[in-house]
Amino acid sequence: MNTLFEYLVRLGDDSLILGHRLSEWCGHGPILEEDIAMTNIALDLVGQATSILKYAGEVEGRGRSEDDIAFLRFEREYRNALLVEQPNEDFGVTMMRQFLFDAYRKPLFEQLTKSSDAQLAAIAEKSLKETKYHLKHSAEWVIRLGDGTEESHNRVQNALNDLWRYTDELFFENEVDEDLRGKGVIFSSEELKASWSEVVEKVLEQATLSIPDNGWQHDGGRRGLHSEHLGYILAELQYMQRAYPGMEW
Amino acid sequence: MVNKERIWELMEEVFDPEVPVLTIVDLGVVRDIEMVDDSWKITITPTYSGCPAMKRIEDDILEKLAENDVQNVSVDLVLSPAWTTDWLSENGKRKLKEYGIAPPVDEVDKSVLFAEPPTVPCPKCDSKHTKMVSQFGSTACKAHYQCQDCMEPFDYFKCLK
Repeated sequence: MNTLFEYLVRLGDDSLILGHRLSEWCGHGPILEEDIAMTNIALDLVGQATSILKYAGEVEGRGRSEDDIAFLRFEREYRNALLVEQPNEDFGVTMMRQFLFDAYRKPLFEQLTKSSDAQLAAIAEKSLKETKYHLKHSAEWVIRLGDGTEESHNRVQNALNDLWRYTDELFFENEVDEDLRGKGVIFSSEELKASWSEVVEKVLEQATLSIPDNGWQHDGGRRGLHSEHLGYILAELQYMQRAYPGMEW
Repeated sequence: MVNKERIWELMEEVFDPEVPVLTIVDLGVVRDIEMVDDSWKITITPTYSGCPAMKRIEDDILEKLAENDVQNVSVDLVLSPAWTTDWLSENGKRKLKEYGIAPPVDEVDKSVLFAEPPTVPCPKCDSKHTKMVSQFGSTACKAHYQCQDCMEPFDYFKCLK
């Protein structure tokens, strides 16, 4: 197995699928500024996916472009975490999903700037600067909604209760991680989880929200086993390239 | 035969498609120009990962050079060192202000969370009594502000470090 390719696809698919999810808000944001903010973040994520999947194609060496990888795989070949494919629901759910993800992405990119793989380090350095803005945005909304009205508090607490079961998977590890860690390409997921927990606990406390007691966790996304939602996302994401192969704007 | 200085001059005639008052040299998007095996290699870098203007900038560079009979040109995209607002030239900052976009305030926002947004002077009346409306503005590189004195809503070219 080409472990670097496998890892890059995980990283790229997280950006691609969450970017697509956020783009669904285009024209539907609760206020104009948030409509613009969510689509800006979607643009950053899709941009990151482009760089990462382009590099994945080079690493794989079979002549696939970033577009081939993004648009022409089957569901089981996607390696994104289950968290990012969960539906938008209301704005509170979207912001909670984004916050749990951004709080993971920022320390991850910080680690990867030190990767022994120069191109991965360059992508991480670039993406980190954007991710800091994303985290600030989503964390502030979680606090504002959690420590807001009874209605907003209950909604984001329910969002946290629903989404919490997808968070352990962000720190999923198998032989891919073991191999790459040995080569200095990636780093400790325990440290990553510690950094994530620190920010998550701090923000949730300020937001007057409580972490659910139920510790049961889902996984599967990193192995290509997805929730039913991914199929619907891909139907829309891939439609144009499936219906008109090779079509360009 | 054109030389490297001439190519740099020509790059000063290529404008950013989203902030057309800036050239791509002002913006710091052009990293390097060199002759490799009898062809010119222009190295550029994106401001943001998803910047939709990069393809257009690449096409504009090729077009500008072709118009000036510069043949054998390739455009290369690099990510490292990552672009920051420090790459924006002083001339570029002045032009931004004249255009009505507040240039990046040289203030490193160290704490990611809970930091106060930077004080950005209004590009119209220079008042410091302004407020951030949204961290995300009309393009990836801008935030949205409003002046509390002259009431002008304006774009802020946000600091990226």
